[in-house]
Amino acid sequence: MGFLDTFTNWNDDDEQEKLEEGLDKTRDSFFGKLDRMVRGKDTIDAEVLDELEEVLITSDVGVDTTLDIIDHIKARVERDQYVSAQELDGLIRDEIAKLMLEGAEERPADFTAPLPNQPHVIMVVGVNGVGKTTTIGKMAHKYRRAGKSVLMGAGDTFRAAAIEQLEVWADRAEVPLIKQAHGADPAAVAYDTIEAAEARGADVAIVDTAGRLHTKGGLMDELAKMKRVMGRKIPDAPHEVLLVLDASTGQNALRQAEEFIDSVDVTDLALTKLDGTAKGGIVIGVSHQFQVPVKYIGVGEEIDDLQVFDRKGFVQGLFKGVEG
Amino acid sequence: MFEGLSQKLEGALQSVTGQGRIDEVNVAETMREIRRALLNADVNYQVAKEFTANVKEAAAGEDVLTSVTPGEQLTKIMHDELTQVLGGEHEGVEMAETPPTVILVAGLQGSGKTTFCAKLARHFRKEGHAPLLAASDVYRPAAVDQLKTLADQVNVPVYSVEEDGEIVEDAVRVADEAVAEAQNTARDIVIIDTAGRMHIDESMMQEVEDIKTTVEPNETLFVVDSMTGQDAVNTAKEFNERIDYDGVVLSKLDGDTRGGAALSIRTVVDKPIKFASTGEKLDALTPFYPDRMAQRILGMGDVVSFVERAQEQYDEQEAERLQEKIRSEEFDLQDFYDQLQRIQKMGSIKELMGMIPGVGNKIRDLDIDDEAFTHIEAIIQSMTPKERAHPDILNGTRRRRIARGSGNEVRDVNQLVSQFEEMKDMMKTMQKMTSKGQDVDISSLMDKITGGGGGQGHSPR
Repeated sequence: MGFLDTFTNWNDDDEQEKLEEGLDKTRDSFFGKLDRMVRGKDTIDAEVLDELEEVLITSDVGVDTTLDIIDHIKARVERDQYVSAQELDGLIRDEIAKLMLEGAEERPADFTAPLPNQPHVIMVVGVNGVGKTTTIGKMAHKYRRAGKSVLMGAGDTFRAAAIEQLEVWADRAEVPLIKQAHGADPAAVAYDTIEAAEARGADVAIVDTAGRLHTKGGLMDELAKMKRVMGRKIPDAPHEVLLVLDASTGQNALRQAEEFIDSVDVTDLALTKLDGTAKGGIVIGVSHQFQVPVKYIGVGEEIDDLQVFDRKGFVQGLFKGVEG
Repeated sequence: MFEGLSQKLEGALQSVTGQGRIDEVNVAETMREIRRALLNADVNYQVAKEFTANVKEAAAGEDVLTSVTPGEQLTKIMHDELTQVLGGEHEGVEMAETPPTVILVAGLQGSGKTTFCAKLARHFRKEGHAPLLAASDVYRPAAVDQLKTLADQVNVPVYSVEEDGEIVEDAVRVADEAVAEAQNTARDIVIIDTAGRMHIDESMMQEVEDIKTTVEPNETLFVVDSMTGQDAVNTAKEFNERIDYDGVVLSKLDGDTRGGAALSIRTVVDKPIKFASTGEKLDALTPFYPDRMAQRILGMGDVVSFVERAQEQYDEQEAERLQEKIRSEEFDLQDFYDQLQRIQKMGSIKELMGMIPGVGNKIRDLDIDDEAFTHIEAIIQSMTPKERAHPDILNGTRRRRIARGSGNEVRDVNQLVSQFEEMKDMMKTMQKMTSKGQDVDISSLMDKITGGGGGQGHSPR
């Protein structure tokens, strides 16, 4: 139980750290620290785990997942016996990346890849303010640039000016938008959207939904209804239910995932706002615990600022800029 | 997810039960649980570290009270410490000596600024002020439309700058002109909604700084999503360095987040949390209550108040008397009425249930109608003492009279009587369980509800 040992000695470590900061001013990366800590040792010690724990916790990985990771690493080290900091570093990154699920083939993240369904129907869900509409705009743009015909559905009929906001994105991405008036039944908009997509032979239909806190039972039911209605029009639709998570969200993202999965069977995750200082570590636990892959990351407000998720790159990001 | 912290601490402190004081050794292990609880609540790593050290200090050497378990005592120490850090005096918005009072609202994207601005405008309108909203979010698609729609709902005008039907992308100009507009149109408050921005976006941070130096607001508020994780310290610090805000607004508190970010922010920037924004309805704006937030962070539910209120209303003698009544099947409508009165004295049912750890977020959306009791009470009040004691004499005539007397329909009376009979059956079943040697008494039920936090009638563990 590395966590226990390391945690119990917290305050002492504090002093130790201060002391070392004085002695060693060159520490600038997690790897640098690692190197210093494992030099001349052949077992993993509390200090390494302490450091790792801080990196993970401050990246919002969460206590339970951090414990999991540390346990895995201890087991691996016992089995494989690392020799250098470099090896340990690789091992740590490897263990963390492994926790995250790989994407499913039938829902390729690569925008140019052929899609198994036509139209491929995507429903985008999430709590308020995570960036659903922006993500949809970017996705539509990327699909279009990859030569696919795209249709968007303004399923957020609740929030003030949500339809207008999506309209602007539809213009930017140069894709048609199916909409009804503010306050209309979102399930009807969803139905219209995929009906239009079918009629026009569109490759992709992306349906927006109103942001809602996962604790609002009635609103979650409404979402489930939207999904059912789509399935009635095209069996298996939506083929993709994308849950958008804000990288700055902490442990509550687990609750969000749980509730949205419960209501609409989320298939993939998008992690937005990674262009700030938040590391978005919570997706590790979400992906692992609920067996849902991360598909995209949002890295800015421009239309091109959406990237296909890369596990290695993401883990790299967790350790970037640790303690300057 | 919401295991009671005090229960966990109980486990960790089992070895100390029976010892006279909380000392270094028996606290150390417990600190781990506390750290975990804080980190699970999204309190920043460093902040959790500091906080735990403080609690440890406060707890060391405290005499263990005989009436509570060490776990409970430690939970209380922590709760008090947390409340203190979060709290202080409630502070409102600073008003200008010469109107208009200018309020600048800033924060990250999606933190809930626009909704908050509309809520704040409504709040001031209700207080008799005449606010004006300034649409300084000139970038996000349809942001101005969004503000206008919300402003319409609260009957407050919006100032925006458009040329040839296009939004002019000059946030400083909008803010500056809005203040002048307020002076010209005798509006006494200007609320400036700004674009969401990343704290590391230099040009955008410069913009909000420019707005601040240009309009010299009386109050600058930083809106932060209560679901924010570890990064809350970075954004709070950075915004504070750039615009030196006067207060913090915690948004989206109607979810089930533990909201540890509140503690992190209070610790790293010494600024008060002034408002809690709780929902999309525009009246959902409340002052910030440090003690409630402390309980929320600790995942305690409002155990403390629940236990206190329950104790006030249920003394042991009363519980015994009630048990005897149930045992002898003498529990009648009069007793039922008395119980209802007691429960209501404890507070609203929803509020009470919300205090129970683990229940809180599940019932937040439920419509629990406290009015339902009013009808029941009225019906019982319209009965004669004899009818209350012997509900079986309630024939059609009597039921019609009671319905008329209490302003209800006969079917309401019927419903109450059949519900009461059902309840009595349930009580009988409970009695049978008891007679089979299963120890079911009121105080242990209370214990179960409060997650072991009950004061008196503690069963030995």
